[in-house]
Amino acid sequence: MSDALNELGQHLEQKRHDCVLGWAVAHGELTVTVALSQIVGFVDFLRVDPACRFSSIVDITAVDHPQRPKRFEVVYHFLSMYQNQRIRLKVDVREEDMVPSIITVHPSANWFEREIFDMFGILFSGHPDLRRLLTDYGFRGHPLRKDFPTTGYTEVRYDEVQKRVVYEPVSLVQEYRQFDFMSPWEGAEYILPGDDKAAPDGHVSKGPAK
Amino acid sequence: MMDGDIRINSYDDGSVDARTGEQKIRNFNINFGPQHPAAHGVLRLVLELDGEIVERCDPHIGLLHRGTEKLMESRTYLQNLPYFDRLDYVAPMNQEHAWCLAIERLTKTVVPRRAQLIRVLYSEIGRILSHLLNVTTQAMDVGALTPPLWGFEEREKLMVFYERACGARLHAAYFRPGGVHQDLPDQLVEDIDSWCVAFPKVLDDIDGLLTENRIFKQRNADIGIVTEQDIQDWGFSGVMVRGSGLAWDLRRAQPYECYDEFEFQIPVGKNGDCYDRYLVRMEEMRQSIHIMRQACEKLRHERGDVMARGKMTPPTRHAMKTDMESLIHHFKLYTEGFHVPEGEVYAAVEAPKGEFGVYLVADGTNKPYRAKLRAPGYLHLQAMDYIASGHQLADVAAIIGTMDVVFGEIDR
Repeated sequence: MSDALNELGQHLEQKRHDCVLGWAVAHGELTVTVALSQIVGFVDFLRVDPACRFSSIVDITAVDHPQRPKRFEVVYHFLSMYQNQRIRLKVDVREEDMVPSIITVHPSANWFEREIFDMFGILFSGHPDLRRLLTDYGFRGHPLRKDFPTTGYTEVRYDEVQKRVVYEPVSLVQEYRQFDFMSPWEGAEYILPGDDKAAPDGHVSKGPAK
Repeated sequence: MMDGDIRINSYDDGSVDARTGEQKIRNFNINFGPQHPAAHGVLRLVLELDGEIVERCDPHIGLLHRGTEKLMESRTYLQNLPYFDRLDYVAPMNQEHAWCLAIERLTKTVVPRRAQLIRVLYSEIGRILSHLLNVTTQAMDVGALTPPLWGFEEREKLMVFYERACGARLHAAYFRPGGVHQDLPDQLVEDIDSWCVAFPKVLDDIDGLLTENRIFKQRNADIGIVTEQDIQDWGFSGVMVRGSGLAWDLRRAQPYECYDEFEFQIPVGKNGDCYDRYLVRMEEMRQSIHIMRQACEKLRHERGDVMARGKMTPPTRHAMKTDMESLIHHFKLYTEGFHVPEGEVYAAVEAPKGEFGVYLVADGTNKPYRAKLRAPGYLHLQAMDYIASGHQLADVAAIIGTMDVVFGEIDR
């Protein structure tokens, strides 16, 4: 299985060395990193090349890595029913970058790209109908970004007086509990509440007590 | 004006064009759902009609959006498992299966033999649960009333099998990373086996009601035809592919668990219309029974543990009560959870509705960094505009039914 994937990876690198930035086989899956500007051509190549024929989209999604200079990773999964093979493409995207839409090659990319726009705020150039898809009409923000709180910003309730649904800022009776179960004796990088003796860098000072 | 509002046409006020004397004619926009019984949940379709012909169909989804993927990022791997029951709530265990497979591939866990057999058995029960619901409610959408009544009786029996295995009729949380939660009692295996003997009779009854029924055929034959090119363009999977003659089934093409040692046929359709997909679903239920009987037979003889013992799974109850290390292990497992090594994996199963996949990005902690749920219905519904255009308004209900959409998994 992974022999075939290695072969496929080499084949892609030879044929489209301008697009392929790198490839790796891990857990029995081939991952190819592709240059952002070349993605449409490369996806089309994958679709028509007789050795690939990755003609159906499995999934398109994104992953947010706020600490990276290129914050987002757009991840494409393709399937070839003819070669019985799967492939994963990755594109690194800056927050201000536009990703070329692959809708001309695969019409089924439509909703996936809309969803990524909705959830991450990544714009797709050439998409005919880049509306929000899953969130509420008039929703603000991009929920799957790591800096978006899980509780959100607004909550909805039916107001008995006004006889309509009203939007209000979220008010929590109790703070949303984000438990940190990481072992405290395996190097916690934070100050425990009330631990005044801890040094500001987060580590308990090893020096003698004053 | 709301986001997504498509009312761009001017309204017909009965005015007549002064120069030509023609009356202004406009297309009619209607809302189909979100409360329509044939919308199978909370689907809002904005339909543009020319007379009774659908010109454009714009599905508005997300009314059941619960932010599952966001919630999963702040919960441990084990806590995330029950969310999968709530995706496609018609066949809960098939979804759990994908999640377990993803974790097991990252942690390189080998699932014990008996657990694999139980998983196969319950995945097939899930398939019958889903197909029974789909076939019978789709028949109801096109005018038949009796099939759902008969089908739901059998679903009820299958739900009892769920309940006897794990205590819950619907939200099972039975498949766990590393195996299944508990072993099956011997009597349950026997009861499932005897149900498998009796069920084809009910299937024949439903068959007799629908297959040669004139109204059912008129409403389904030549409706929503899907070609091989459409399958590729729109990323279809499952019955939507097999109904058009392609024998594509992940259980056979990319075997997972121990499906490769089971004998079953992959039924395919010929014309790719709603009627063929109905026939494929009926035959798939028969094949599922065949698999279930094989699994029952194997389960009678092959005993053993149902959990890979290790960090990922709890210690036995006895060990926990007598052994300090096991008690600590139990406490740590259910508070901190287990850690999954860094990496990414895409695990897919042949769910009743098509390919259900999980793309899991792990960063080495006890919570997934990102989990993307790939629902088959999402892609099927996306093609709604393409498939429904040019059909009659009444066919929209038949097409939604045949696509087998469930909003738990589409909206996530």
